[in-house]
Amino acid sequence: MAEWEPVLLANVHRPNSEKIGTYLAHGGYQALRKALSMSPEAVVAEVKASGLRGRGGAGFPTGVKWGFLPPDAPVKYLAVNTDEGEPGTFKDRLIVERDPHAILEGVIIAAYAIGAHRAFVYIRGEFFLGVKRWIKAIADAYQHGFLGKDILGSGFDLDVSVHRGAGAYICGEETAMLESLEGKRGQPRLKPPYPAQVGLWGRPTIVQNVETLANVPHIILRGAAWYASIGTEQSKGPKIFCVSGHVNRPGNYELPLGTPLREIIEKYAGGVRYGRHIKAVIPGGVSTPMLTARQIDVPMAFETLAAAGSALGTGAVIVMDETTDMVEVARRITDFFVHESCGACVPCRLGGFRMLERLEAIARGRGRPDDLAKLESLARGISGLTFCPLGTGMCEPVLSGLALYRDEFVARLNTAAKR
Amino acid sequence: MTMDAARQTPHAPGAGLVDPTKQAMLLSALYLAQEQAGYLTPAAIERVAQRLGLSPGQVYSVASFYSLFRIEPVGRYVIQVCKGLSCYLCGGAEKVADYISAKLGIRPGETTPDGRITLELVECLASCGTAPAMRINDQLYENLTLDAIDLALERLLEGGEHG
Ligand SMILES: Cc1cc2nc3c(=O)[nH]c(=O)nc-3n(C[C@H](O)[C@H](O)[C@H](O)COP(=O)(O)O)c2cc1C
Ligand code: FES
Repeated sequence: MAEWEPVLLANVHRPNSEKIGTYLAHGGYQALRKALSMSPEAVVAEVKASGLRGRGGAGFPTGVKWGFLPPDAPVKYLAVNTDEGEPGTFKDRLIVERDPHAILEGVIIAAYAIGAHRAFVYIRGEFFLGVKRWIKAIADAYQHGFLGKDILGSGFDLDVSVHRGAGAYICGEETAMLESLEGKRGQPRLKPPYPAQVGLWGRPTIVQNVETLANVPHIILRGAAWYASIGTEQSKGPKIFCVSGHVNRPGNYELPLGTPLREIIEKYAGGVRYGRHIKAVIPGGVSTPMLTARQIDVPMAFETLAAAGSALGTGAVIVMDETTDMVEVARRITDFFVHESCGACVPCRLGGFRMLERLEAIARGRGRPDDLAKLESLARGISGLTFCPLGTGMCEPVLSGLALYRDEFVARLNTAAKR
Repeated sequence: MTMDAARQTPHAPGAGLVDPTKQAMLLSALYLAQEQAGYLTPAAIERVAQRLGLSPGQVYSVASFYSLFRIEPVGRYVIQVCKGLSCYLCGGAEKVADYISAKLGIRPGETTPDGRITLELVECLASCGTAPAMRINDQLYENLTLDAIDLALERLLEGGEHG
């Protein structure tokens, strides 16, 4: 396969890449002009035909979601998810800091397509530079007539505002994000109804990840057929893979979906450090099940990772070499989820806490013989049974860690202990 | 910007006693209120509640949900060391926190006796590709080495303005 020429990350390494002048000098806002010359329905159809799927973790087809909006709703909103908090993931921060206009152009096109005149950008509270970059980009876009009334003489109006989160991973979940935008505790809402039907202040709202939106201008400019020619059967287009952990060259790599995990690790991320070997890889952020060294020929696509028993998630690849303590990995990830549970539902709040207790005991060499069975039964009582998907995500690393590296857990148990 | 956004937003029908467009300003208001004392004093919570037509209990309930809102005083400088998986794999996390603990004589969650510096372990900072990472107030430190930590701490201890 020929070397992939980056599309989403084409600008980020240019000097002053965040400035509107730089963006315009490299073809910026041409896609917006083209989109505004099309009908909104044609824009939706183009995005649908491209096969673009959400990059925030769930992988829902973007154009299909846009089609779910009630056509006769008088007020619709677009909410832009810049909450990036899934451990291992650092792509959204890069685009927001280095190429905010690439996302903003996608925001304007998406709003035009769905008929929203208000877009709300939600950004993780800790992204201090990102907040500044978002605000500056929006201000400059107003100056250039890309936002506000009668955008580029099209008659389309759009206002965009920026809203800071305040340190809660769960607010990346779309309904929790809506609660937070309304000034409430970030507790998820029950779905259905989905935000596309009942969202912000009860209005139909489309929630979209920033990487997803950054794809939209390219689809409009180069066409759905071009986009759909990239990737696999069910996973189209380029994807930013965040590679971290025990590799020589950690970083963000934009590659076509379907690129083998091995190629990402060995060719792009420079292989495992110190000439060591892979023990385990988390392919899509800490809520996706682990893979072993024998599974890394899997193509990084939604359907192939699902077939391998894992998920593409956010595309955050965490590589662990042979020296890694898998009990500690499971403990650390569980600690994260327990800390970030919103606490509203019992299986997640209490079940998570109980799992963490067992994992801490095992890590300290004080686990009891029946602790592994206990962990599995706890996970079975959480996974798929919680109010929102956080609980399920919490169980994946524990269950996959136990299934794949059971010997390590067993070796740490204190067989003399009695329950 | 947030406030204007909220004002322009039409009310949802039957939204109850709380004005939803005012409540939407709550997070922004809490950020502002927190700037004064470095944390949310009971008086600040009371004022925010009054301005937005909420009860202090409602405001406290929201504030306590978010880790960036402080109900207790913190140091002028808050060192947040990432304890995420990637930072741990790259030799950071507790190792970095322990190193800083030894230098400052405080454990994570504590503040130096002079009230200047607080040390915390926090979740992933989205800098996993440049791990280990930590943050001091709004400044991010990536690819941490012991030398880099020393340098950052020296600057804080000398009392020079940070960043
Ligand atoms: C616990 C949890 C956390 C999430 N965090 C994020 C996040 O930080 N950013 C994001 O874009 N999506 C996140 N999501 C996914 C969103 O709920 C939603 O699917 C996404 O924003 C939709 O946009 P997309 O279709 O463009 O991916 C999270 C989901 C869950 C369950
Ligand atoms: S794990 Fe430390 S920045 Fe992500």
